[in-house]
Amino acid sequence: MQYQSQAVAKPYFIAALSLFVVQIIFGLIMGMQYVMGDFLFPEIPFNVARMVHTNTLIIWILFGFMGASYFLVPEEAERELESPRLAIITFWVFLAAAGLTVIGYLSVPYSTLAKVTGNHLLPTMGREFLEQPTITKIGIVLVALSFLYNIGMTVLKGRKTVVSVVLVTGLVGLAVFFLFSFYNPENLILDKYFWWWVVHLWVEGVWELILGSILAFVLIKTTGVDREIIDKWLYVIIAMALITGIIGTGHHYFWIGTPGYWQWLGSVFGALEPIPFFLMTIFAFTMINKRRRNHPNKAVTLWAMGTAVLSFIGAGVWGFLHTLAPVNYYTHGTQITAAHGHMAFFGAYAMIVLTIISYAMPILRGRGPANSHSAQVVEMWSFWFMSVAMVFITLFLTGAGILQIWLQRFEDALPFMVVQDKISIFYWMREGAGLIFMIGLILYIISFFVKGKDAPEVVEV
Amino acid sequence: MSEFFTKNMARNIYFGGSVFFILLFLGLTFDTIRELPKRDHRENITEQVAHGKLIWEENNCIGCHSLLGEGAYFAPELGNVYKRYGNSKEAIIGFIKSRPVDGIEGRRSMPQFNLTEEELDAIAEFLKWTSEVNTENWPPNIQG
Ligand code: HEC
Ligand code: HEM
Ligand code: HEM
Ligand SMILES: [Fe+2]
Repeated sequence: MQYQSQAVAKPYFIAALSLFVVQIIFGLIMGMQYVMGDFLFPEIPFNVARMVHTNTLIIWILFGFMGASYFLVPEEAERELESPRLAIITFWVFLAAAGLTVIGYLSVPYSTLAKVTGNHLLPTMGREFLEQPTITKIGIVLVALSFLYNIGMTVLKGRKTVVSVVLVTGLVGLAVFFLFSFYNPENLILDKYFWWWVVHLWVEGVWELILGSILAFVLIKTTGVDREIIDKWLYVIIAMALITGIIGTGHHYFWIGTPGYWQWLGSVFGALEPIPFFLMTIFAFTMINKRRRNHPNKAVTLWAMGTAVLSFIGAGVWGFLHTLAPVNYYTHGTQITAAHGHMAFFGAYAMIVLTIISYAMPILRGRGPANSHSAQVVEMWSFWFMSVAMVFITLFLTGAGILQIWLQRFEDALPFMVVQDKISIFYWMREGAGLIFMIGLILYIISFFVKGKDAPEVVEV
Repeated sequence: MSEFFTKNMARNIYFGGSVFFILLFLGLTFDTIRELPKRDHRENITEQVAHGKLIWEENNCIGCHSLLGEGAYFAPELGNVYKRYGNSKEAIIGFIKSRPVDGIEGRRSMPQFNLTEEELDAIAEFLKWTSEVNTENWPPNIQG
């Protein structure tokens, strides 16, 4: 560790991984409910499991982004963090808010939660991904402010690199767009229009800046390639992300009451949206080929390559699959969407967090630049289990989606519930792949406890 | 990337491109908001419809259902359920009211929400209003 205050990243990473485990447990519960409808009913209705699954996902990714920032910003700025104490206080506040919210979801009916938290005073609840009680949302804003102050001051007072400035831009954007979660008009169409300003402008906008800068940081450290080259790539990637992604929001404005011209805009710019993800893939592989040092942490390079590839397949290829309006007319709101959502979220944002954790944790735990060889072997096995399982989850959901569209929207116009019954074999297989994913995750957690001889030092070549 | 394409050029594309497309997006948003009243027939958003939306949200219906194609994919699309149920609010109300507390064995189940008559009416009005929004002919057929 170059700076003492980087140590505050560690609890953030531990919290992220704990919530990841919770997320997957609830994913498996839902996977069961898909095929055995009364599983855990009425104790844990599907919607409750879904809220826990998606909200813990978002929160653990945010914990990961924050840990990444606390770790890399001091190194980039070449100074200690503005206030490590504030970072720790913020950590506990965020963890408490997340924990209480999940307990709230699981212990009382949602409508009771809405009542006791005074949702009617400022109704923001009950919309997908934004189910948190309004007070939790306010808590998230306070956490974000404290975090941005801490990181922002560190950058302002220290060395300003492209990596840290792009990272902070992305983080500020994340906080700003979250504010739209407080706008919930009585008109459903307006509500939906601006809901996407949180969801789409996050994952296909500002989060790409965060993704790009973390990837750039890890590549600088592990390959030793000249910063000038990496900076240039980073600028091109984020330029393409925003040039395509902002108007690309239109691929959500096809059928929700918005004007017809969005079908053109959303199709054209949506079709261009894979470009930044493709560039990211080329970027990672080019830098690794040009490497000027052999870093002993082989696992982190694997994670970085995995992010570059799976984010392109999940976001780029599976996104393109349904972004053209004539296609989306049939795929909208089917299992195709779920297939894409899984691969994209995992390939891009889950994996970039796992990448920075893989890089930072050995250092934070005083193990030098890398874990022992045996620990890395377990970690790399977990990489393959999770990645391959996710590929299969995506394929099975895509199969389910194609059949669903065929039976329900094309030929026979069968009722939804009848169709779901007919395609249940795909859901069984998805659940099987999900169990493999869980094994991978368990292996991953185990890899932190594997000891063994220290790995070799960094070798410049 | 080759020598003549410098870091400064890349940065300028990033700044210039972002600013241009943010402004364009704001312009399009402005135009959309001007056009919407013709499509969402907001004059029909009565107090009851607005209340229905709140009931919809406070019971997290979106956690199982999709509405105009957005939400969850576990249970039927409800944007057009009013039409699927033969333009009948009573049929919708009857369905929601009759959910067994312990679910239906082996079948995906919807909870019994114990809504009052007034709340049921509001949610049915909300679903009726939603089904009348101009969605460019989506969904492809009545099954949603
Ligand atoms: C835990 C999941 C869940 C939640 C939450 C839920 N539903 Fe349902 N809903 C279902 C399922 C499953 C079906 C299909 C039931 C069947 O066909 O047996 C259904 C069916 C319906 C139908 C009939 C649709 C059709 O085409 O036949 C309506 C109307 C409906 N729900 C309204 C609502 C409303 C309003 C809410 C919120 C107050 C809600 N649901 C919340 C699971 C849910
Ligand atoms: C890492 C980046 C991305 C992530 C995390 C992501 C995630 C998601 C998620 C979770 C949804 C479902 C939203 C909902 O519940 O309604 C969604 C929908 C969608 N995404 Fe992405 N996405 C990404 C990138 C892309 C890209 C690059 C494209 C286009 C090429 C794209 C095209 C779409 C489309 C068209 C939909 C709407 C699906 C529908 O109509 O039901 N996405 N995305
Ligand atoms: C490992 C086993 C997993 C299973 C069985 C599983 C299952 C599910 C199910 C059943 C849903 C709800 C779909 C619906 O609305 O009907 C869902 C939603 C979702 N899951 Fe998972 N999941 C798993 C892992 C993951 C992982 C690893 C990620 C990402 C890192 C993820 C991200 C999401 C997202 C973003 C949604 C919302 C999708 C959308 O709205 O389109 N899941 N998951
Ligand atoms: Fe999108």
